Amino acid sequence: MQIVLEKRSQASSWMNVMSPVLAIGLTVIMGGLIFAAMGKPPLTALYLYFIDPLTSWWSIEEVLVKAGPLVLIGVGLAVCFKANVWNIGAEGQLTAGALMGAMVPVLLGDWQSPWALVLMLLLGALGGAMFAFIPAWLKTRFGVNEILTSLMLVYIAQLFLDWMVRGPWKDPHGYNFPKSVAFEGWHLLPMWGDGRMHLGLVVALVIALVLYWVMRNNLKGFEVRVVGSAPRAGAFAGFSQTKMVWFCFALSGGLAGLAGLIEVAGPIGQLQPHISPNYGFTAIIVAFLGRLNPLGVVFSGLLLAISYIGGEGVQIELGISDKTTQVFQGMLLFFILMCDTLILYRVRYLSGTQANIEGETS
Amino acid sequence: MSAYEAIILTIITASTPLLLAAIGELVVERSGVLNLGIEGMMVMGAVCGFAAAHVSGSAWLGVLAAIMGGVAMSLLFGFLTQTLITNQVATGLAITLLGLGLSGLIGSDFVGLPGVKLANVSIPWLSELPYVGRLVFGQDPLVYVSIGLTVAVAYLLKYTRWGLIIRAVGQSHTSAHALGYRVIAVRYACIAFGGATSGLAGAYLSLVYTPQWIENMTAGRGWIALALVVFSTWLPGRLAAGAYLFGGVWILGLYAQAMGLGIPSQLLSSLPYVATILALVVISTNRRLSVINTPASLGQGFVPDR
Repeated sequence: MQIVLEKRSQASSWMNVMSPVLAIGLTVIMGGLIFAAMGKPPLTALYLYFIDPLTSWWSIEEVLVKAGPLVLIGVGLAVCFKANVWNIGAEGQLTAGALMGAMVPVLLGDWQSPWALVLMLLLGALGGAMFAFIPAWLKTRFGVNEILTSLMLVYIAQLFLDWMVRGPWKDPHGYNFPKSVAFEGWHLLPMWGDGRMHLGLVVALVIALVLYWVMRNNLKGFEVRVVGSAPRAGAFAGFSQTKMVWFCFALSGGLAGLAGLIEVAGPIGQLQPHISPNYGFTAIIVAFLGRLNPLGVVFSGLLLAISYIGGEGVQIELGISDKTTQVFQGMLLFFILMCDTLILYRVRYLSGTQANIEGETS
Repeated sequence: MSAYEAIILTIITASTPLLLAAIGELVVERSGVLNLGIEGMMVMGAVCGFAAAHVSGSAWLGVLAAIMGGVAMSLLFGFLTQTLITNQVATGLAITLLGLGLSGLIGSDFVGLPGVKLANVSIPWLSELPYVGRLVFGQDPLVYVSIGLTVAVAYLLKYTRWGLIIRAVGQSHTSAHALGYRVIAVRYACIAFGGATSGLAGAYLSLVYTPQWIENMTAGRGWIALALVVFSTWLPGRLAAGAYLFGGVWILGLYAQAMGLGIPSQLLSSLPYVATILALVVISTNRRLSVINTPASLGQGFVPDR
C-alpha cells in the first residue's frame, strides 16, 4: 500500500474552514498525550488549560488582556505573510514602539493632558514602523533577506531596552530596580472592569475590522493578494514589489509598536527589561491559525490568549512547567501547516497493484 | 598559557557551534531546501545532550543524544516540507518555536544541575608543544569534528557523484527527477544531516561552552548560522572563515566588557547581531557573488508529476 498526495483541481473551501478546527483537535489530543506521559491526569489538565480560563470573569478579563496585543500584531503579520513578505521581527518592533512611546512619561513626566496619551500612541506606532523600516530598506535597497535581518533586530532591540531601563531611563527613586518611572495619569490607558481591561482591546478590535474590510473590498487588499500569490502577474498589473515590502513592514511594524506601547501604558504601567511574553512570535502562529484573515485572527488571538492563561493555571494547579504553553503553541502551528496541505491536496491510498500500475505508466 | 593563546582558544570555542550548525544547513540548502528551524534543532540538541550526559555521566552519550534530538526535529521538518509540501519558511519557524518550547519543558528539571564537560583531547608530547601544542592538538574533540566535517562537505560537494546529485537536486528538481534521481529521498537525507550537525552544535553549547542547561541557551546562534550560509555564498571554505570571523566578534564583545571600556555591556552584547546584519548587507551588495552559487530551487517544494 502506498499513500500519495494528489493535487485537487481547485482548493477545497470545506478544508479551508475545517483545517484550523482539525489542527486544534490534534493539538488537544497530542497535549493530552504529553500530560499523560508526564504522569499528570490528562483530562483534568486539558480542562484547566482550555475551559477553566473561561469559567470566571476574572480570568476572562485576563484572556482579553492577553488577546489584545496578539490580535494587533497578528493582523499586521497576516497582511505581511499574505503578500509573501516575511517580517518575523515583530517582537523587536514591539520593543521599539514601547521605548519610543515611553519618551513622553519618562522625559515629559509633568505634562498631563489627553494629548499626551494620543502622542504616546502615535509615537508607539511610529517607533515600531521606523524599526521595521530597517529590514524593509535593507531588503529593497540591497536585497538582504528580511527574515534574518528582522530577527537579528529583535535581539538588538531587547538588549537596547535592557540598557535603557538599567541605565539612562532607570527610575532615580526606584531603589536601583531596573525599571523606569511608573507612568501616571494621562500616561496610562483608561482602564475598567477590575482594573485590567483597557482601551487597547478596543483599538485592536477596531483595527482588525478595518483591515478585514480593506483586505476584502479595497484595491490595496487585492494588491496584497496578487503580489503575494502571483508576483509576475502583480508586476504586469503595475503593482510594485518594492512598495509592497515597505507597506507591509510599515503596517506590521506600526501595529507591533502600538501593541508594545499599549502593554507598557496598560497592564505593565512602566518600562522594565521584559515587557512581552513572546507576543511577537506567538502572533506568527495567530496569523496562520487565523488563515491570514483579519477576522480569523481575532478568534485565533483569543485562543492563543487562552493558552497563556491556561498554561499559568496548569502550573499553579498541577505543578506543570509553564513551558507547556510554548509547546502547545508550537504544536498548533505544526498541525495547522499539516492540515493546510489538505486544502490543496487530497490524500489517496493506493493498494500494492494500483501503485505498481501507476508507477509503470507514469 | 599566554594571552594570545587564551584569546584564540575562546574564539575557537565561540566559533565551533556556529560552524557545526552552518555546515549542515549549507548541505541542506545546496539540495534546495531552506530549513529555518536550526535554532529549534540546536536547542533540542543542547537539552537532549545535557540531559543524557547528566543522567548517564557520559559526555559522549550526551553527544549521541544531541544528534538524535536534532535529527528527530529535522525529520519532522522533512515530513512536513517534503511529504506534505508545506511552506518551508513557516515550517522552519514552527520547528524553532516548538524546539524552544519543548527544550524548556524537558530542561525544566535540569536547570541549575551540574553538567558533564566533554574532555579535551590530550596527546602526550604533541599537546605540550610550546605555542601551538594546546591550540592544534589540545582542543575538545568537537572542534576537530567541525573542521573534519567542513573538509568532508567541501570534498563531497565538489568531487563526488553524491555531491553532484545533491547540487543537481538543488539546482533543478524537475531535471534531476527526469534523470531518475529520487529528489525527495536526497532531500530527506540532507535535511537529516543538517539536523545531526545542528544537534551537535547544541551539544557543543551544553557540554563544552557552558556545561549546564540554561533556557534558550542558543541565543540566536541558529539564526546567525543561517546568515553565515548566505554570507558564505554556499561555499564551505568561506563558511569556515565566516564562522571564525563571527566567533571573533562574539569574543571581542566579551573582552571589551571585561576590560571595562565604559561601553554598556548590552550594546557590546548586541555586536554579533549587528555584525550579522552588516555581513549580509556586504554580501548582498555583491550580486554576482551571491547569485552565482545560490541553489536555483531553494525553498521550493517538489511534487513529482504523476
